[in-house]
Amino acid sequence: MTATTLAHSVVEPSGRSKGIAGTVIVVYAVISMVPLVWIFLTAFKSPSDSIAYPPKIVFHPTLDGTCNLFTTISRQTADYISSLPPPMNVCDRIARARNMVVAGPSNFVPRFLNSLIIAFGSTALSVVLGVTAAYAFSRFRVPAKDDLLFFILSTRMMPPIAVAIPIYLMYRELGLSDTHLGMILLYSAVNVSLAVWLLKGFIDEIPREYEEAALVDGYTRLQAFRKVVLPQATTGIVATAIFCLIFAWNEYAFATLLTSGQAQTAPPFIPIIIGEGGQDWPAVAAATTLFLVPILVFTVLLRKNLLRGITFGAVRK
Amino acid sequence: MEKLLARVSALAVAAVLAFAPSAQAQSKQLTLCWAAWDPANALVELSKDFTAKTGIGMKFEFVPWTSFADRFLNELNSKGKLCDLLIGDSQWIGGAAENGHYVKLNEFFDKNGIKMSDFMPATVLGYSEWPKGTPNYWALPAMGDAVGWTYRKDWFERPEIKAEFKKKTGHELAPPKTYDQLKEIAQFFQGRTIDGKKVYGAYIYTERGSEGITMGVTNVLYDWGFEYEDPKHPYKMRGFVNSPDAVKGLEFYKSLYDCCTAPGMTNAYMQEGLDAFKSGQVAMQMNFFAFWPGLYKDPNVGGDKIGFFANPAEKKHFTQLGGQGISVVSYSPNRDGALQYIKWFATPEVQKRWWALGGYSCHKAVLNDPGFPKSAPFAQGFLTSMGIVKDFWAEPSYAQLLLAMQKRVHDYVVAGKGTAQEALDALVSDWEKVFKDDGKM
Amino acid sequence: MSEHGLSIMEHVARATPEAVARRVRGLSDRAIQWLFISPTILLLLAINIFPLVWTIRLSFTNYRANRPNARLLEIGIANYVSVLTDPDVWAAMQSTAHFLFWTIFLQTSIGFGLAWLVDRRFRGHGFWTTVILIPMMLSPAVVGNFWTFLYQPQIGLWNYALQFLTGIPASSFSMIGSVKLAPWSIIIVDTWMWTPYVMLICLAGLRSIPDYIYEAAEVDRASKWRQFWTITLPMALPFIMLAVLFRGIENFKMFDMVNLLTNGGPGSTTELASITLKREAFEKWRTGYSSAFAIILFVTVFGLANIYVKVLNRVKNR
Repeated sequence: MTATTLAHSVVEPSGRSKGIAGTVIVVYAVISMVPLVWIFLTAFKSPSDSIAYPPKIVFHPTLDGTCNLFTTISRQTADYISSLPPPMNVCDRIARARNMVVAGPSNFVPRFLNSLIIAFGSTALSVVLGVTAAYAFSRFRVPAKDDLLFFILSTRMMPPIAVAIPIYLMYRELGLSDTHLGMILLYSAVNVSLAVWLLKGFIDEIPREYEEAALVDGYTRLQAFRKVVLPQATTGIVATAIFCLIFAWNEYAFATLLTSGQAQTAPPFIPIIIGEGGQDWPAVAAATTLFLVPILVFTVLLRKNLLRGITFGAVRK
Repeated sequence: MEKLLARVSALAVAAVLAFAPSAQAQSKQLTLCWAAWDPANALVELSKDFTAKTGIGMKFEFVPWTSFADRFLNELNSKGKLCDLLIGDSQWIGGAAENGHYVKLNEFFDKNGIKMSDFMPATVLGYSEWPKGTPNYWALPAMGDAVGWTYRKDWFERPEIKAEFKKKTGHELAPPKTYDQLKEIAQFFQGRTIDGKKVYGAYIYTERGSEGITMGVTNVLYDWGFEYEDPKHPYKMRGFVNSPDAVKGLEFYKSLYDCCTAPGMTNAYMQEGLDAFKSGQVAMQMNFFAFWPGLYKDPNVGGDKIGFFANPAEKKHFTQLGGQGISVVSYSPNRDGALQYIKWFATPEVQKRWWALGGYSCHKAVLNDPGFPKSAPFAQGFLTSMGIVKDFWAEPSYAQLLLAMQKRVHDYVVAGKGTAQEALDALVSDWEKVFKDDGKM
Repeated sequence: MSEHGLSIMEHVARATPEAVARRVRGLSDRAIQWLFISPTILLLLAINIFPLVWTIRLSFTNYRANRPNARLLEIGIANYVSVLTDPDVWAAMQSTAHFLFWTIFLQTSIGFGLAWLVDRRFRGHGFWTTVILIPMMLSPAVVGNFWTFLYQPQIGLWNYALQFLTGIPASSFSMIGSVKLAPWSIIIVDTWMWTPYVMLICLAGLRSIPDYIYEAAEVDRASKWRQFWTITLPMALPFIMLAVLFRGIENFKMFDMVNLLTNGGPGSTTELASITLKREAFEKWRTGYSSAFAIILFVTVFGLANIYVKVLNRVKNR
């Protein structure tokens, strides 16, 4: 560490080089954020503003997109509309102003709930399985350990569509098609390989001496695992859980092939939100924004462990 | 940490148990599956009467056309219980009947006095029967539909545009009767500036993923003399699918695509057509009749500004059939409720209201009403079109047949690969392979 | 970790292995070991291996998932033969190779460049790094869907921006519509999403190089340029290769983003292997044929990845 503390270290980049580097990075970061900013802006445009040419950067914000996302609307004649009772809420008012009526709620809320249930359910399951298996792999001389670990990893190399073919047939026979349970099991199977590999790395870093001391103290192995190892591995478990959560939250291929109406998650649903003619971009953008916000939060939370997660624990620092 | 872990496990178990058998299906609720488009929203409005009358709640599952077939054929093939009622596409009927996805309705019709003779013959043939031409019914005709055209009546009627068209072509500017006229008009409008906006000639289907370009190109192919098979020898396609006339038709579709469409319309189906027309970008739009009620009510291009015409003729005069029948899914746990809905839907009063709300009834009580042709500016066009419809294969292998055509036609028309002759020759080979695999050739 | 930790440490000092063994009560280690591992293995067997075996089995039949009543025929390796002789499959493999090559090339060069710059540790580099990382955390499907909007020739942001900057008319070209541009449209989106990923791994590589090596090079009066080629690049190489491995496997499987962005079009220009597989399996329902295709894809990616890991290990141990 001495080198960096020296005033004129040879390794410390010069002020000018720092300035140039900083400028390039900031420019890149800003450009790469443009699509996200555009999604966010589009969510508050009126449908006609969203498809205006040239694209509108300054516009009058509306709730049209949000309303269209949460409701099903139907175009009707003025006579028919005037025969209805007065509008009850803001969405009703917006619809009526365009000669439409709110026919009912849309399917967005159920799909969003499905995403939550399946993401949290599968994350919990894969972390529980992962932490126990990782502990065993870390602490015991498991026969054919390397082969088993590689086997666990290799299950992740199958293209999802290839896996989906037999799963489809299997779930059809078992009645698991389009169920939350089916999706939770499937996502857990995909995530457990990540969980085992990541958590093994975290548990490897916990000195064995702690548990052994606990064992000497009269703890059983299980107690030592619960009272000594798990608390030490908290950071790793949380980081792993977030990674599993992100995968399950974002997954599309399985969801689109194996779910339909009962257990469909948000990713296959968002692209098929359409309004009266054409994709309803403000509604799609509103859905996309709502869907991405949790991920932004998680990215910030994960900052320190991101590298480890994306390389299956291969790179730790 | 221990508490956290315990909580997480409890959550997992709870999530698994609570949602495992998604069998919280209430008996007092039906789910109806259809495509996400204007008529479906009208059906939601219509169905409120059913709920008011019977106390049975209605849930809806609407999917856009581009994923409609994938999604609901997948649902049927996986024996899904999501849909009690399905308004499935006309071409599915063969597969759905042979694989037992739909409930056969003959007995139910007989018992409840629902007569197929009350519905337009073309719709019964197209939406209900399998095998075609036999009295085996798997659906009740629900939504009549065919491909037609809209045009910007206000532009067509402007004196300066009319005069210039006359000067340029020697013809009067009027809705086209033949495809040659249509192309002439499209060329005239292509690139023109109207009200300060650059506009384009025609909007036609080019979508690749589902059925789009096929539903567009067949309108032209039929008119030029394309046949699916030898009328005397079923499944003999060589010389009919790739006949010289068919080749000319396909070449025409490509020339129309090249000369007269807006840039970027390389993967466009119904929705993109509506967008293009509503934003005032095109003079003429190919699309399904289903959208005309909505477009007619459109604040920007509806009313006086829009006109409608049936698919133009060439050597022959046909149009592509759209539309669907409503079926009861055989895996549904609510079969009685679903049948009750069909019974309600088949009554003349409901059918009349269905037309009033923006759905195309197939019931003679509606269509044969002397006031019908005048009831909407597109009503007469609809009647004309339903007399000249032709449909794609409705075989159980329809998806394979369709995807082959999508690929061959899109590769030629949009991607510009090879010639029309090569595309149709390859298509015949593809189709022969499918029918050989099925043991039909 | 205060008092409790200390007491444990004391115990550690006293404890001997024999003592440990004698004192363990409850379940034996061996029992716990299997109790801990077997659920995971069982889940993987049920959801991964059993289906894989089933896929292999189906790949030798003419089975179709949409014809449960049809007669099942054993047809030997006929499916494998028709997959490998199908020109559409080879076209898809070519598109996949094009996609793989360019995404990896662009992501590695841009990603490494960004890492090299971030490594200057300018003020606020932590914050900006996190901002750059955001795209890779997003759902590829949702992102792909939204990019269709950004790519629209008439109303899209990109064409308009290009017109604004260069004067090329916005409606004169369509990124996802033209045969020439469509393959690049998917490469651009993938690069936007995943360059940060490569950057992050490269950054770890750069930071793993100890400062004293550079100091020694300075003493030897090696130029900055020479330092880069003889120290920075070789020492970061294993990390770069690791990033390439992960990106390679992921993009070989690519489905969601491309499916929503171009759906394989125009024509079949961007039809990657996974998209062809999806069409065969879930649109044409040729289950037997697509099972054979799936096995071929799996063997390919598994084989390539194994060879690559061997090379990677050699580079690492050099």
